[in-house]
Amino acid sequence: MESVETEDRIVTLLKEKFAEDFISFETPYHFLTIHLKAENIVAIIRFLYDNEKFQYLTTLCGIHYPELKSIAVMYQLHNLVENKRVRLKIFLPEGKPEVKTLTTVFPAANWMERETYDFFGVTFKGHPNLKRILNVEDMIMFPMRKEFPLEDQTREDKNNAMFGR
Amino acid sequence: MQDVKEIVPGQVTSKEEKQYTYLNLGPTHPATHGIFQNVLKMDGEIIVEATPTIGYIHRAFEKLAERRPFYQITPLTDRMNYCSSPINNMGWHMTVEKLLNIEIPKRVQYLRVIIMQLSRISDHIICNTIIGQDVGATTGFLYLFQFRERIYEIFEEICGARLTTNIGRIGGMERNFSDKAWDKLYKWLEDFPPALQEFSNLLERNRIFMDRTINCGPLSVDMALAYSFSGPNLRAAGVDYDVRVMNPYSSYEEFDFMVPVGTQGDTYDRFMVRQNEMRESLKIIHQALEKVKKEPKDIYKANVPEFVLPPKEEVYNNMEALIYHFKNVMGETDVPKGEVYHSVEGGNGELGFYLISDGGRTPYRLHFRRPCFIFYQAYPEMIKGTMLSDAIITMSSMNVIAGELDA
Repeated sequence: MESVETEDRIVTLLKEKFAEDFISFETPYHFLTIHLKAENIVAIIRFLYDNEKFQYLTTLCGIHYPELKSIAVMYQLHNLVENKRVRLKIFLPEGKPEVKTLTTVFPAANWMERETYDFFGVTFKGHPNLKRILNVEDMIMFPMRKEFPLEDQTREDKNNAMFGR
Repeated sequence: MQDVKEIVPGQVTSKEEKQYTYLNLGPTHPATHGIFQNVLKMDGEIIVEATPTIGYIHRAFEKLAERRPFYQITPLTDRMNYCSSPINNMGWHMTVEKLLNIEIPKRVQYLRVIIMQLSRISDHIICNTIIGQDVGATTGFLYLFQFRERIYEIFEEICGARLTTNIGRIGGMERNFSDKAWDKLYKWLEDFPPALQEFSNLLERNRIFMDRTINCGPLSVDMALAYSFSGPNLRAAGVDYDVRVMNPYSSYEEFDFMVPVGTQGDTYDRFMVRQNEMRESLKIIHQALEKVKKEPKDIYKANVPEFVLPPKEEVYNNMEALIYHFKNVMGETDVPKGEVYHSVEGGNGELGFYLISDGGRTPYRLHFRRPCFIFYQAYPEMIKGTMLSDAIITMSSMNVIAGELDA
């Protein structure tokens, strides 16, 4: 899907331009994934949008990592001209997950960010209408976080090793 | 008394003496074909502002998936875009196969292509006939729907279910196509093209239909890309992005087909793109049938006993099959750790599965990229300044499916 040269180019570009924000990169299943710091994520995506033709936001979602005490936000961009994809991941502290909104670059991020807020409680600063989207509005928790198990965890008749999480 | 000039679309001013009407379109409304609510701020018959509310049939599939073994997630995907559930099923199987690095035999890939194209046609039949229905042409709807019914009968022969199919398994198909399924498929392939031709004679160059739909709910390329449209709606706006061509899966690279595009992204273009896609799908099915004939007849799954349930007779008579049966059901096979993204061209666009596996028997995180959810947010902007009746057919031509919207 993705040739090695372009991967290298994007990685070197980001390393040069945003040296302080760059953490690491990997390519699981041939998919370039770059881990970044959260502060300048919108500027980085704007840079990729303007210079590398990543002008299509495929998806955006949250991931909860309780053992890292953080909530990650994953952005997946697509360069439709050269058919390249890149995944950007940022890690936000679990206690106060806050990041700038991407709606300034992609209007499509509007509902995706609302969904991420709805399920993970990530606050997107500057979002025009950050409220719950799929759940009821008076819900008080963020249900996709791992501290909300699907089943009553006090049950003793089921062994988790056998029946999964 | 209002000036006539003032109610020209896009020129609505907010004078103090002007009174707006608020209209609740939905949640259940016969013309929205699903559970969507739109609070419309109306100036006469012109829509000034629309506020959509979604989530009425939210079922928390992403959360449910975190407690289910991989093979139990397929029924969840059925219920997303329920007009073309086989595509969702296949997309999910392929995601897991990508995670497990399973090589799928060619014949299975072609069988999957046939099923996916059939369900694309059934999806487009619904959308296009509903457009006709909403502009007042009921004939096409009643006439073409029997062919959708017959597609469902083919699915029934293959997997036993019609709407929520749960078709195929990780690693292949659950069983080979029966002779009856092949018969029904060939019969359908004979009967459908003339019916489609009649349907297109009815509407495609129909002056009343064209006057009604051209320039109705137009969508520019820039807006389509900014709102991450995909599928027929994006192609109607003029972008030839098709996952089947860009990132081929299931051997689509071997097939010869066109990607129909529109020019101005209005209701008529969306209708025409879907019409032409049905014809292309028929072409693909014929090619796939030719290819299937060249492959050995008895292959319907990959040789991955760790992930495919063995046939029941073997479970009762064969120790290894019994072991694998238990391993499968209890989920004791090791799964690699990793992050996978796989997307297929669903009925409505790029249907993506973002799967994070931590090696457990269930996904650590599963995110569905649902095309409807992403492009429906552009709807208020698309209908701003248009008439209420245009808003209705704009929505039906976008083919927003409530199940996919809310997941």
